[in-house]
Amino acid sequence: MSKKAQPQGLFDRTIIAAAAVASVHKLDPRSLVKNPVIFVTEVVSVLVTLFFVRDLVARDGIASFTGQIAAWLWFTVLFANFAEAVAEGRGKAQADSLRRARTDAIARRYVDPKNLSGPVESVNALDLRFDDVVLVEAGQLIPGDGDVVEGVASVNESAITGESAPVIREAGGDRSAVTGGTTVLSDQIKVRITAAPGSTFLDRMIALVEGAERQKTPNELALSILLSGLTIIFLIVCVTLWPIAKYSGTVLSATVLIALLVCLIPTTIGGLLSAIGIAGMDRLIRFNVIATSGRAVEAAGDVDMLLLDKTGTITFGNRMATEFIPVPGVGTKELATAALASSLADETPEGRSIVALAKGDHGIPTPKFDPATTISAPFSAQTRISGVDLPGRSIRKGAVDSILRYLKTTLDKAPSEFRLAVDRVAMSGGTPLAVADKGMLLGVIHLKDVVKPGIKERFAALRAMGIRTVMVTGDNPVTAAAIASEAGVDDFLAEATPEDKLAYIRKEQSGRRLIAMCGDGTNDAPALAQADVGVAMQTGAQAAHEAGNMVDLDSNPTKLIEIVEIGKQLLMTRGSLTTFSIANDVAKYFAILPAMFLATYPALGALNVMRLASPQSAILSAVIFNALIIIALIPLALRGVAYRPVGAAALLRRNLLVYGVGGLVAPFIGIKAIDVVVAALHLA
Amino acid sequence: MTFVGWLQIALTLALVVVCAVPLSRFIAGAYAGERNFLTPVLGPVERGFYRLAGVDPTREQDWFAYTIAMIVFSVAGFLSLYALQRLQGFLPLNPRGFDAVAPDLAFNTSSSFITNTNWQNYSGESTMSHLTQMLGLTVHNFLSAATGLAMAFALVRGFARSSAATVGNFWVDLTRVTLYILLPISVVGALVFVALGMPQTLAGAVDATTLEGAKQTISIGPIASQEIIKELGTNGGGFFNANSAHPFENPNAWTNLLEIWALLLIPTASVLAFGRIVREMRQGWAILAAMAVFLIVGIGVAYWSETAGNPILTSLGVDASAGNLEGKEIRNGQAMSVLFATATSGTSTGAVNAMHDSMTPLGGMVPMFNLLAGCIWPGGVGAGLYGFLVVAIIAVFVAGLMVGRTPEYLGKKIETREMKFAMLAVLIYPLSVLGFTGASALLKTALDSLGNNGPHGLSEILYLFASSNANNGSAFAGINGNTLWFNTTGGLAMLLGRFAYVVPVLAMAGSLAAKKKVPASAGTFPTDGPLFVGLLVGVIVILYLLQYFPALSLGPVVEHFLMLGGKTF
Repeated sequence: MSKKAQPQGLFDRTIIAAAAVASVHKLDPRSLVKNPVIFVTEVVSVLVTLFFVRDLVARDGIASFTGQIAAWLWFTVLFANFAEAVAEGRGKAQADSLRRARTDAIARRYVDPKNLSGPVESVNALDLRFDDVVLVEAGQLIPGDGDVVEGVASVNESAITGESAPVIREAGGDRSAVTGGTTVLSDQIKVRITAAPGSTFLDRMIALVEGAERQKTPNELALSILLSGLTIIFLIVCVTLWPIAKYSGTVLSATVLIALLVCLIPTTIGGLLSAIGIAGMDRLIRFNVIATSGRAVEAAGDVDMLLLDKTGTITFGNRMATEFIPVPGVGTKELATAALASSLADETPEGRSIVALAKGDHGIPTPKFDPATTISAPFSAQTRISGVDLPGRSIRKGAVDSILRYLKTTLDKAPSEFRLAVDRVAMSGGTPLAVADKGMLLGVIHLKDVVKPGIKERFAALRAMGIRTVMVTGDNPVTAAAIASEAGVDDFLAEATPEDKLAYIRKEQSGRRLIAMCGDGTNDAPALAQADVGVAMQTGAQAAHEAGNMVDLDSNPTKLIEIVEIGKQLLMTRGSLTTFSIANDVAKYFAILPAMFLATYPALGALNVMRLASPQSAILSAVIFNALIIIALIPLALRGVAYRPVGAAALLRRNLLVYGVGGLVAPFIGIKAIDVVVAALHLA
Repeated sequence: MTFVGWLQIALTLALVVVCAVPLSRFIAGAYAGERNFLTPVLGPVERGFYRLAGVDPTREQDWFAYTIAMIVFSVAGFLSLYALQRLQGFLPLNPRGFDAVAPDLAFNTSSSFITNTNWQNYSGESTMSHLTQMLGLTVHNFLSAATGLAMAFALVRGFARSSAATVGNFWVDLTRVTLYILLPISVVGALVFVALGMPQTLAGAVDATTLEGAKQTISIGPIASQEIIKELGTNGGGFFNANSAHPFENPNAWTNLLEIWALLLIPTASVLAFGRIVREMRQGWAILAAMAVFLIVGIGVAYWSETAGNPILTSLGVDASAGNLEGKEIRNGQAMSVLFATATSGTSTGAVNAMHDSMTPLGGMVPMFNLLAGCIWPGGVGAGLYGFLVVAIIAVFVAGLMVGRTPEYLGKKIETREMKFAMLAVLIYPLSVLGFTGASALLKTALDSLGNNGPHGLSEILYLFASSNANNGSAFAGINGNTLWFNTTGGLAMLLGRFAYVVPVLAMAGSLAAKKKVPASAGTFPTDGPLFVGLLVGVIVILYLLQYFPALSLGPVVEHFLMLGGKTF
């Protein structure tokens, strides 16, 4: 798997500098109003600043205190903006590198898109429209997204994928999609444009990583409602505290009430919420997966079921020879030699694995054939067998029924040992190949689908997360069952057609399960569109790209598992920081309340459990803590809370302990420490 | 605190749970409209009602129609009760010839009884005619409780159903709850109370000659029948001003125990019925366990604080061994007074057998905190269940995120709509309680009503609005609530606490019912174990403590510290 060049660490200097500037720009109330918690903080910051001016003019001794509170309230807003700006900055850095690949190159467009042997005109790539056909030759940039309609070419797609090895793009089939901004290395192709300028894959990618198209995801919206609700509740608490305090004999200053308000409303999570969302998308991009919406990332965390293609995901994809089973009267060595001879010219992975098995495990030397008398019989779609003709011999191997047809016999006429061997191989999930020489059956080669090492453990981990895995394969049910049990998947779909896949997804979704799948072919498109999380492979067809809601630039189907983890991590980070933010409030009360009422009720000093130096330093320390905690938590918000596949109850217990109990305790220590500093510097 | 005291408490609570289990089965049956042993007798009555009202019992309503039906019914109840009070002078069954009830008091009382609050700014025995008591107040004791349980049924259907457009039929729920649950238990309970010595008569008063030869008029009336539904329906409006401290309302230890049992019975059973209906009994037990934590810790704090007594009195040479006895009946004792106070505020009953105003600051803070939290352990009939479920949804939302999934409770995803409705509902409490308390703290006309000044006076106002808003109805006596200001604002707080709270809840019921149930997996965190109970307790403590910490600090908390310093109010 190729990782894109990591452009920055968690805190890159240039990003920090740009974010610092951006956090001031973000003070614009029109943009801040989208974040109610921080917007309220900004409004009260303005108020306290006005109070500060009033106190200055009146030469009130309290001015220093009011000024410091005002400053720290502004810092609270700025820190929240900064968190968002850092997260965006990390995306922007990636967008910039992508933008370099976007060009306004000259395209050579066919005047008549229906006449591809007709004349070509040069136009600006930005003027290309849907259904235009362009000619691209070696060394030229492909001017826009499209489908190859004619020709074959090797294309360098490193601008998109970061992978420098060229890929083949050809007309027809599932490898016809090309992306604007990539370069043709050899040959020439004719490309039908499928995206208008500004909405190409590259454009969308840039918009996504920049966060320009960011909309609040459903879950983020629900959380925002909780946070807004809490903000309104605490507004009520603080507003009504004034008359209640007045009744009790204390006239509270607005500055102090505002300080209490800002400490109580969930500024921590409010300030970090959008940064968490952007960072979640960013983590995915770092993983070379582009999600078309934040909603898709969130849905990934909710997925109950993964539909995985057997080939390439669960198994290596190439069946490999593991055993030679001769018929009676034929030695294993004889069978192995014949199999080797029939496969020497066979360049398929199966053929190579037969050669390797014969030479390696059975020690058969490479036979020397006289080229003059050797006629190799390559695999043909009609006979579906391959082999070699030597003087007096005619060695053939192939699927059992094909060989039987070649021998003009049937299975019941074959030796019973042969039939048993075929059955045994099939039952174990393998593929039997028959080998024949001089019109006689020699035996069976056992071809086996080899399950990737470690995949079983990953599925077990998924099961612990509550996610079922379903293997999809075109194999017959017997083969599928054998591999399914070996790989440890929960279910399998054998002899699956694209329609079967779609039907399966629909059935599970009607039971309210969320399904993730990946696919690359045009025929996968309906299923990709139907799945809640559809990951299209970058190497796949354009239709698949359009249908899915994520594109994996590495075209590695196993990544589905990591995508799910990233989705979960996103939700967990939100939940944990919300819990932390709310739990913090308890300590802030213990700091501020006794300070507020010390003059009227010295007895309430009993609640000053932190033994803070003075009422003013107590209030100031709480406000400072409230601002600094945002900065302190930015790394966690960007990195995300660690996810472990241990099951929900264990996760909840752990996160409650760390962020709930930790959130209760941490501010007691933090506020006390700040108070010591504030008192030592005589700030209040 | 004594061992015998704790034993009394434990036995009473155990008796509640033992009886709640079979009752929960009965409630679940009534919810589903199944036949029971009362159907042969009451079935025709039930069908008669439907025919009379033109209700098709098989036709269900969506959440909106259900809500409209509930509101229409409540408005009709409000208007008729108001008219009854204003016109009682012209109506029969008024042996002592009471005049019309004043308009503001009639507004307050009507709001009070249709919302299951039963706050009493009047002395029943000297204000209300028998007709008003029986046809107005007692009838609403049944109907307001039945309405509460009906609304809880609607929310439970939201959880129990999958892809459903309807949440039940309000008229059917109302009728079934009244006929099959409230009436039968009340009839039996009233007879038991009469057997235990409670008066039940239509006579107005008896004249007695005391030992000194003085003449005394002693009020009597249909007490036993009102007493049982007062507790059973978590109403709390007593026949007498002294409520269950009055010897006619609570003659002896047995009636005292039965009254506590009766006020806890249906709320407890309906939580278990919820477990039955969603086909996971453990879910019901988990919620009940979280409720029990608050109830039992509350009892412990109050019991400890009351038996520790008042150090100021102790220093004056008062025998401290019995603890703080001010405002308590010796015959009820510390343990059963504290249990009554905690249970009456943990449910939305509001009946009292001791004066909460006279409790120690921390002892009095227990019922006050219960009210501020909205009386949800185990809560009013129906209201406790839906109130607690709303808080549970908020707790599930935060916790669910922490396991990395869209939160779900009982297979229903908690999404934007649910959070919107839950937050709308819980906003009402601080808005109404703190808003009215803050306004009262500024108004001279309000402050003139206070019986005490300083923190205790604040507690009296806070308690009044908390009690009204939570539809409890118990009072921190000492404050004179029968003024234009408190009659009006208190009445508004009751209406807000009931209707402004429940409309979002019913909307949520509709939204939940429409959702499909998500099958549980290892990725869903279990909501039926100790971890969830702990989470619920933690979220509730923090949520309510954060809202009311300032007000409580200036009320009972500072009063407690001042008491330790030798100052009283």
